[in-house]
Amino acid sequence: MRRGQTVILNLVAVAALGGFLWLAEGNFDGYKIQILNLIAINIILALSLNLIYGFTGLFSLGHAGFMAIGAYICSILIMSPDQKDMLFLLEPAYDWVQNAHAPFLVAVLAGGLVAAAIGALVGFPLLRLGDDYLGIATLGFAEIIRVLANNFPRLTNGALGFKGIPDYANLWWNFGWCVVTLYVIVRLLKSNTGNVLKAIRDDEAAARAMGVNVFRYKLLSFTVGAFFAGVGGALLASLLTTIDPKMFLFTLTFNILMIVVAGGLGSLSGTVMAGIGITVLLEWLRVVENPVDLFGYELPGVPGMRMVVFSLALIMIILFRREGLMGMRELHWQSLFKVFSRGRA
Amino acid sequence: MAGDVILATSDVTMRFGGLAAVTDLSLAVRRGTIAGLIGPNGAGKTTCFNMITGFYKPTTGTIVFDGQEVTGLPPHKVCKAGIARTFQNIRLFGNETVLENVMIGRHLRQKTSWIDAVLFTPGYLREDKAMRAHCLELLAAVGLADAADEKASSLAYGAQRRLEIARALATEPSFLLLDEPAAGMNPQESEDLMGFVRTIRQDFDLTILLIEHDMKVVMGICEHIWVLDYGVTIAEGAPEAIRRDPKVILAYLGEEGGLHA
Repeated sequence: MRRGQTVILNLVAVAALGGFLWLAEGNFDGYKIQILNLIAINIILALSLNLIYGFTGLFSLGHAGFMAIGAYICSILIMSPDQKDMLFLLEPAYDWVQNAHAPFLVAVLAGGLVAAAIGALVGFPLLRLGDDYLGIATLGFAEIIRVLANNFPRLTNGALGFKGIPDYANLWWNFGWCVVTLYVIVRLLKSNTGNVLKAIRDDEAAARAMGVNVFRYKLLSFTVGAFFAGVGGALLASLLTTIDPKMFLFTLTFNILMIVVAGGLGSLSGTVMAGIGITVLLEWLRVVENPVDLFGYELPGVPGMRMVVFSLALIMIILFRREGLMGMRELHWQSLFKVFSRGRA
Repeated sequence: MAGDVILATSDVTMRFGGLAAVTDLSLAVRRGTIAGLIGPNGAGKTTCFNMITGFYKPTTGTIVFDGQEVTGLPPHKVCKAGIARTFQNIRLFGNETVLENVMIGRHLRQKTSWIDAVLFTPGYLREDKAMRAHCLELLAAVGLADAADEKASSLAYGAQRRLEIARALATEPSFLLLDEPAAGMNPQESEDLMGFVRTIRQDFDLTILLIEHDMKVVMGICEHIWVLDYGVTIAEGAPEAIRRDPKVILAYLGEEGGLHA
C-alpha cells in the first residue's frame, strides 16, 4: 500500500474518533465519559511504558514516579494563586509555586518536560544497570519521588495533596494527547532510530558492534517515555481533580504494566487494544465486589476483589500466552483489509 | 596507498585475572589483503577480535588503525572509525526484518534524527528513501534481495551468515573482521563463500581479517596468516610457508602430521 493511502486512512480514523467523541459527549452519561477519559490516559501511559520496556528492553518500574512529577507540576501551574493560598494549610507554598500560573496546554507540556528532564537525570546513572537491577532501581526512584512529595509541604502540600484542581482534561484534551502520543511513538519507531532501539533489545552486543552508542539510545527511549508518562500524569491530575502522594504507589505502575504485557511487549496496536479492554474491565469487574445473593445465602462484597481477579488474569497471560494479545505484531491497514477481503470471499 | 599497513597491533596482551588469553600479539595487516588468524580452539583468536573492535580493552599494548590509535575505544567508536565485524555464533536482530537489520548497520552514517521523522521534514524523507535503496543494494550484493521483508531469524543458516556480512558492510567499513565465516558450511558452500569474500573485498574496497578452522578456506583465500597457540603467535607468513612450518604442524595438527589442504 502506498504511503499516501495510509496517510488518508489514518486521517479518516482520527476523524472517525473525533465524530465518536462528539457523539459521546452529547449522549453518554458522566460515568461512561469518565471511563473514556481513563482509556485515553491509560493508553498514553501504556504506550510510553511499551516504548521503554517492550521496544528498548529496559525493564523500568518507575512510571508512577514520572506520573507524579507530571501531575504535581501541571496542578501547580493550572491552579490559581488564590486557590493555592487556601490549599497550602500546613505550610505556605514557595513564592514561585504560589505565583506560577499557566494555561492547560503549557502546564501539561511543562509536566511532561520536567518528567523527561528528571528521567534523563536519573537515567544517566541507572541505565548503566542491567535488566533486573534496572527494575529495582527505577522502582526505588518512584518511591523516592513519592516520599519527597510527602515531605516537601511547601511544594506539594505534603500528605494532604491538592484538591479542586481545575478539570480541564475533557475528552478532547485526553484523546488529543493520546493521538499525539501514538503519532510520535509510531514515527519514532518507524524511523531508523526505532530499528536501533529494537536492535538494542534483541542483542545489545551486536548493536554495539554495529556502531550503536547503546547508552545514548537507551537514554533517548527512557527520556521520551518519561515525557509521555509525565503528560499522562498531568492529564490524570486534571481529570480526577485531586492528587496526593498515596495515589502514586506501585499499584499505579502495575496497572500500566498489566496493559503493556496483556497487549504484547513490542506491539503498539496491542497496547491500544489492551488499554481499552483493561480499562473497561476494571470498571465492569466492580460487579465482583458487590454483595451476591446465592440461592438465599447473602455473600458480602469484598472490596479490592477485582484486583485479585486481575492479578490472576495477569498470571494466566504469563503462563499461557506470554507474548500477550499481539506479541510483537502490529495491526496495519493492510492486515485489516486482508481480514475483510477474506471474510467476503 | 595500497600495500601499506592498515591495522597494526603492537605487543598487545590480554589477561583475564591470572590467565593470559593473548600475549604480545603483533599483527600488521596490509591494506587490501585478506589475512587469516588461525589456531586451535582456545588459542585466543576471538579475544583478538574483541580487542580490535573495542569489546575488550587490552591489558597492555596499542592498536593502531589507519593512522589512528583505537586502543580501548568503545565498540561504537571503533565501528565509526571503519572496522566492522561478524560474530562466531551469528548474532542477528532476530525479531527485525532482513532489511531492518541492514538499516541498523546504516544508522551510523545517517544525518537526520527521529525528530525529523516525526516532523516529516523533506531531508528525512529523502535520506530515508536513499537509505532503503542503498540497503536493498547491499542485500542484492549478498544475494538476499528477495528476502528483504522476511524476519531475520527465519532465514536459512547460510543466508544468516551473508546477512550478517551485509549488515557489517552497511556501516561502510574499510576493514572487515569475519569470525569463522565458513563454520557449519558444506564444501560447496565454503567454496562459494571464498568467491564471495573475494568479491566483496573487490567491490567494497576492503581489507579482511578472518578467523577460520576450515583449512581449505584459509589456505585458499588468505594472503597472509598468523598462527596463535595458547595466546602466543607461533608463526606468521604466506599460506605455503605456514603449511610447512613444523611449529604449526606440531601445535595445530600435531598427531596427524600435516595440514589437509
